[in-house]
Amino acid sequence: MQTLGRILRAGATLAAMLAMTALTFSTLAAQGRGAAPAAPAAAAGQARAGGAPGGRGDGPPPTGKAGAPVDLTGNWVSVITEDWRWRMVTPPKGDYASLPINMDAKKAADAWDPAKDEAAGEACKGYGAPGLMRQPTRLRVSWQDDNTMKMEADAGTQTRLFHFGEWKAPGGSPTLQGDTTASWETGARGRGGNQPPPMFGNLKTVTKNLKPGYLRKNGVPYSDKATLTEYWDLLRQPTGEQWLVITTVLEDPTYLARTWITSLNFKKEANGSKWDPSPCVAK
Amino acid sequence: MLKMTRTAVTIAAFACTLAGTSHAWAQAQQAAAALQGTAIDLSGTWANRLHEDWIERAPGPHIGDYTGLPINDEARAVADAYQVSMQNMPERQCILYTSQYIVMGPQNLRIQQELDPISGAVVAFHMSGTVDRAPHDIWMDGRPHPSPNAPHTAGGFSTGTWEGRVLTVTTTHLKTGLVWRNGVPHSDQATMVEHYARHDNLLTVTMILTDPVYWEEPFIRSATFEIDPTTRVLPEPCEPQVEIPRSPGEVPHYLPGANPYLAEFPKLFNLPAEAARGGAKTTYPEYGKALRSTYKSPDRCTVYCCGGTTLTVMNNNQGACRTDDPPPANAAPAGGAAPAATPPARRE
Repeated sequence: MQTLGRILRAGATLAAMLAMTALTFSTLAAQGRGAAPAAPAAAAGQARAGGAPGGRGDGPPPTGKAGAPVDLTGNWVSVITEDWRWRMVTPPKGDYASLPINMDAKKAADAWDPAKDEAAGEACKGYGAPGLMRQPTRLRVSWQDDNTMKMEADAGTQTRLFHFGEWKAPGGSPTLQGDTTASWETGARGRGGNQPPPMFGNLKTVTKNLKPGYLRKNGVPYSDKATLTEYWDLLRQPTGEQWLVITTVLEDPTYLARTWITSLNFKKEANGSKWDPSPCVAK
Repeated sequence: MLKMTRTAVTIAAFACTLAGTSHAWAQAQQAAAALQGTAIDLSGTWANRLHEDWIERAPGPHIGDYTGLPINDEARAVADAYQVSMQNMPERQCILYTSQYIVMGPQNLRIQQELDPISGAVVAFHMSGTVDRAPHDIWMDGRPHPSPNAPHTAGGFSTGTWEGRVLTVTTTHLKTGLVWRNGVPHSDQATMVEHYARHDNLLTVTMILTDPVYWEEPFIRSATFEIDPTTRVLPEPCEPQVEIPRSPGEVPHYLPGANPYLAEFPKLFNLPAEAARGGAKTTYPEYGKALRSTYKSPDRCTVYCCGGTTLTVMNNNQGACRTDDPPPANAAPAGGAAPAATPPARRE
């Protein structure tokens, strides 16, 4: 009788285990059919900037703002833990280590004359998009309108505009910050119905029509044929800290022997209290 | 007694259920990620392009160069005492760099997926070990991190989860290791969070190292790799041998305040000694603004002036590396572009 009791108890325990496991699977499977199964904290940190419902399958595509899978707006500070000596101060003439440049670029860099640049009103040559993002700087990101993201940098007091949707570059003369098209990369497969925008993704920007400038402040050049492609990833830490890591790819048939690939790190700040615009400095 | 046994059985059953749930959670997460199109196959051979952090990752940092490192006084003391020849002691030659060296070292990267043969779910990503760097295994099956008292290793213990299209990895149980090859350390209390973000043919690995012993703030580094099936990722079997005869028990080092080379780096670049010592405050723009008001760069480049992105370059301004010089016979292609990093000849 005692043996029978033990068997019954063991059976009941096994049944309970199976039931719990089945329940867990069914719950998880249900979650899997819906939104991405991210941890709640992570999902909360990646709040959508827009909030417009739907946007996939029916109707026109969402605007850049409404379709944003992540919120990049706010205040960011570059944390210079990489290439400090080349970014925090201006390195000496001829110091172009780690840059995949060609002989024409070396020749131009060897002729760098910051006094001449200043006299010519060209003190901002190191603050064009490819050089600007490597400066020690704070960024302020906001939406100028539903399809234009604005990124301001306090180093050199520069502004970049990222255009979503069907925007066409107006053409004309190259500018310091060039013309930038932007799109969200979500990786989500097309689905019908009123699916909400994906909860995850990154920004991709492509900048062309750049005025010639310096990719390192000591006169290492890029040309007006350069194309800058950037991938903007928002990374959230268990501590709640947020980082913006920008993978940067510069192509320039004039001065680069191959594409120049780097990544830049910005930390989110609570507010803009340390925002400190300053003019371009050539030296 | 019977009641106690029953309780124990019930607790064990509950524990088994929890373990199953954890595994099920991991599998369900992967399945959902695949459904959402967010799980990404990271496997392949990735070339390290060395287009940034080149000095630290290729030739190695100068003695006493702690620029950009948010380290504390304890770390400075350890690094100041370091003599690189310590590494050729037979008992230290085969100590591996810890997993953070993926973004700190010059090596290429091979990533392989391990799949569950029944469900097809990814059980783990294996980052190959290579010259001096420990293999890095990332468990994706929901297993918990071991007890704090479990052994620490150079690879550490790592678990991963998908956050959208980014693989986030948490590593604990690291051994004490070198962050920079000039002696800057991390402790065995360090934890590391990595994010693997793939964009087309690029893989950006961001590493955030938190260490209550040696670092004032979390230390972030990122490195971008490019997929390249032709890239070599060669493990290097390590056979310790006597390279320099020494007395038994002799460990190369400098006593506090006795390292004669610490002043060379700031002098070489006209930097104030304080800037070379690192610290969190030196990594923010306001420090640069203050520094630039007094800083005067050297008149000319004096080291690594040939440019380049390879592991071995001339380290002075002599020789045929300027515009009007003929290229040396063993020079890299114009501009120093290299197909990919190759392993260094020896540990330095």
